[in-house]
Amino acid sequence: MSLAMFVQHLLNGVTLGSLYALIAIGYTMVYGILRLINFAHSEIFMLGAYFVFWGIVLLHLPWAVAMVVAVIVVGALGVLVDRIAYRPLRDAPRISALISAIGVSFFLQNLAIVVFSAIPREVYRPDWLENAIVVGDIRVLPLTLFVPVLSFLLMMGLVFIVYKTKPGLGMRAISKDIETSYAMGVPVNRVIAITFGIGSALAAASGIMWTLRYPQLQPVMGMIPGFKAFIAAVVGGIGSIQGAVIGGIGLGLIEIMAVAVFPDLAGYRDALAFILLIGILLVKPTGLLGEKLEDKV
Amino acid sequence: MDRKTKILLNVAAAAVLSLFLWWAQESFGGYRIQILNLIAINAILALSLNLIYGFTGMFSLGHAGFMAIGAYTCSILILPETQKEMLFILVSPYSWVQAAQAPFFLAVIGGGLVAAFAGLLVGIPLLRLGDDYLGIATLGFAEIIRVLANNIPRLTNGALGFKGIPDYANIWWNFGWFIITLYCIARIINSNLGNVFMAIRDDEAAAKAMGINIFRYKLLSFTIGAFFAGVGGALLASLLTTIDPKMFLFTLTFNVLMIVVTGGLGSLTGSVLASIGITILMEWLRFVESPIFIGSFELKGIPGMRMVVFSLALLFIILFRREGLMGMREFRWDWLFGKFSKRGSANGS
Amino acid sequence: MDRDMILEARDLTIKFGGLTAVHSFKARIGKGSIVGLIGPNGAGKTTCFNMMSGFYRPTEGRVIFNGRDITGMPPHLVCRAGIARTFQNIRLFGNGTVLQNVMVGCHVRQKSNWLHNLFYLPSNLREERAVAAKSLELLKVVGLESFADEKSRSLPYGAQRRLEIARALATEPNFLLLDEPAAGMNPQETNELMDFIRKIRTEFNLTILLIEHDMKVVMGVCEHMWVLDYGETIAEGPPESIRKNPRVIEAYLGEECVADA
Repeated sequence: MSLAMFVQHLLNGVTLGSLYALIAIGYTMVYGILRLINFAHSEIFMLGAYFVFWGIVLLHLPWAVAMVVAVIVVGALGVLVDRIAYRPLRDAPRISALISAIGVSFFLQNLAIVVFSAIPREVYRPDWLENAIVVGDIRVLPLTLFVPVLSFLLMMGLVFIVYKTKPGLGMRAISKDIETSYAMGVPVNRVIAITFGIGSALAAASGIMWTLRYPQLQPVMGMIPGFKAFIAAVVGGIGSIQGAVIGGIGLGLIEIMAVAVFPDLAGYRDALAFILLIGILLVKPTGLLGEKLEDKV
Repeated sequence: MDRKTKILLNVAAAAVLSLFLWWAQESFGGYRIQILNLIAINAILALSLNLIYGFTGMFSLGHAGFMAIGAYTCSILILPETQKEMLFILVSPYSWVQAAQAPFFLAVIGGGLVAAFAGLLVGIPLLRLGDDYLGIATLGFAEIIRVLANNIPRLTNGALGFKGIPDYANIWWNFGWFIITLYCIARIINSNLGNVFMAIRDDEAAAKAMGINIFRYKLLSFTIGAFFAGVGGALLASLLTTIDPKMFLFTLTFNVLMIVVTGGLGSLTGSVLASIGITILMEWLRFVESPIFIGSFELKGIPGMRMVVFSLALLFIILFRREGLMGMREFRWDWLFGKFSKRGSANGS
Repeated sequence: MDRDMILEARDLTIKFGGLTAVHSFKARIGKGSIVGLIGPNGAGKTTCFNMMSGFYRPTEGRVIFNGRDITGMPPHLVCRAGIARTFQNIRLFGNGTVLQNVMVGCHVRQKSNWLHNLFYLPSNLREERAVAAKSLELLKVVGLESFADEKSRSLPYGAQRRLEIARALATEPNFLLLDEPAAGMNPQETNELMDFIRKIRTEFNLTILLIEHDMKVVMGVCEHMWVLDYGETIAEGPPESIRKNPRVIEAYLGEECVADA
């Protein structure tokens, strides 16, 4: 592989990886707090992309404005999902909330099929993202710089919220011990709602950027990236934001590089993440950066 | 009520079912027969998932994978050689795939056994994982099976799948297998082994302290469940006569899970009742997805509406009646007779 | 090892991370005796239990049971070897009936497997019937036979504790570990419990080790006891000598003063 090719694959890997990372953060935050795999997260991702499409086509918003509006609307939708489908089940066995999450996921996905139809749609992409920059042998799409940079900025914002603000303190408290947090007067439900809002907004941002990279809108588009991002979160150590970022970027790099080095594996690309997951769980069940959750006897 | 009476009553119930099926075969049209067939297969799938999840407490989302294995194994065994030659147009099949032949009954058992073997293989590493990790890992297993089906064309004919699979799976086969499944799982659940499964579900640490090798019994339950999932997949392949990797998406597992949850986790009766109810509803709701003609005016069907209704239904059940139709209760003859006579309730159990 | 010893703990030590939860616990327990393990909260009593019943693997030291080294054996094999236990925070199979809970305990001694079950073998049917009969018998011993078909979760607290004991007895142990059997009981129930413990010792030929907070129970039934404080064994001996031991008084009074404050 030439250096130029390598750099391109590297950039592609980081781009894909930061998209996974953005989704993975939402999974890991919700899991860290509620011990719930939010299956609906992949549909949140899909809706983010669709709302931009609608904003542009129906409301004639400029692209950048449509993006911001979509992120906000989808964040609110995440809060709504929690309010309707998860909050009533806080005291129920954990598995009930999980089934509820699967239910919401299928509901949103099929609602999208009803409303948007299952036919794939083309996506608007600004030209300046498409025109390659040439440096020596290396051709770089601005897109592969734009996505990681924007993702990085969003993650920095998140880190600020989690470590420097009051709701962030609440999140960290709840993820340590939800009962004690109630007792200490943390507004648990509000903090959880904020968590869902932020996680969903990040997933929406990822969904939007995903369609810049793979310009096709489809109601089922969230499923595979969603699963993979969850796997990234598990691999990185569920509950840990740093772990989600490392897991996401790592997974993106592995997928792109594996196919680049072994082109025969292209058909198996979607299975790669699952194989990685099963491997990691067997070797280190808590993931790379995860804390051990012990069952007391 | 003693054991002999109960066995007699069970045999009588099976006889009544056969009479009904015979009557249905004579008087029902093909569409209704198809619904009956789907009920039987869905019940087999739901019972097997309920054994794994409802009774032993292992959150498995791998059912579609086991079904795929059963379906492909059975299809390869019953497809006539000439049909195989026509199907494999892009690549030639492995010679053993081309040569493999078995009668339908053995082919279905073969499908179940290969699925059970796969269950054993993935169970050994995965069953040590906790509930939601197990869920996501088994889901990963099912996805890997699907990707394999896509990528080993000499075995599975790749994305094209199989067409023209002989339609041996009539109501007698399907309901016969339903009875076998129900019998086996009910025997297990009602014995002390069933109590052991329940113990593992309710409290693993306490079960260990009772001398139970948790891993072994989890693996046993998982493997038996995988066997019947494979059987269900095999029957489904022969019923539908076409299969391809796209059929075995997560949606398939979701449908089975929905039946089990609706019926009640930990209730065989619930699974059977929910299979009947949901299969009929699913078919009935097809009308919302197909065009409706009022005179010459055509109302367009709405694709996806069926699953919207069903996912909403699942949400309602989990939010408002978490234990499902039956909870963990079972139908018992004593209970039925207790309803009719006061005397019966005195010796009920 | 002496012939009449049933269990010997040799310098059991366990560390969690950097913390030593139990340090060099030694005990020799004679066959047929009732002995106790006492100490303030967090002294490491349950941790000792967990090491003897296979739930924890000691960092150092050995557990010898009936002349056999069982250190680090998984719990289900320890149970099969003849050690049964109850839990401090009752752990029943909540969705099962009272009878089913006891039947689960019988399973470890059952011979037939699931295939016998499937094919309706007469030997299996006989065994299943015997298991049900034995379980009912055990429920009579603990006085719960009239609740046999109730859900175990719905039992009152004291009855749940007795059910846990019946379930442990169903595994046919030689050695029974009871973790705070008197917790949450009123004085009358406690008195009954003491008689009950003596009764099952003779009836089932048991050796019993119990953890208890209630001094009256320990002093009443135990022939010998060990006192733990912060993982260290601070005293050992028969009840009379423990009662007078200044270190024990300090450990306990210290705690009670804190509790009263």
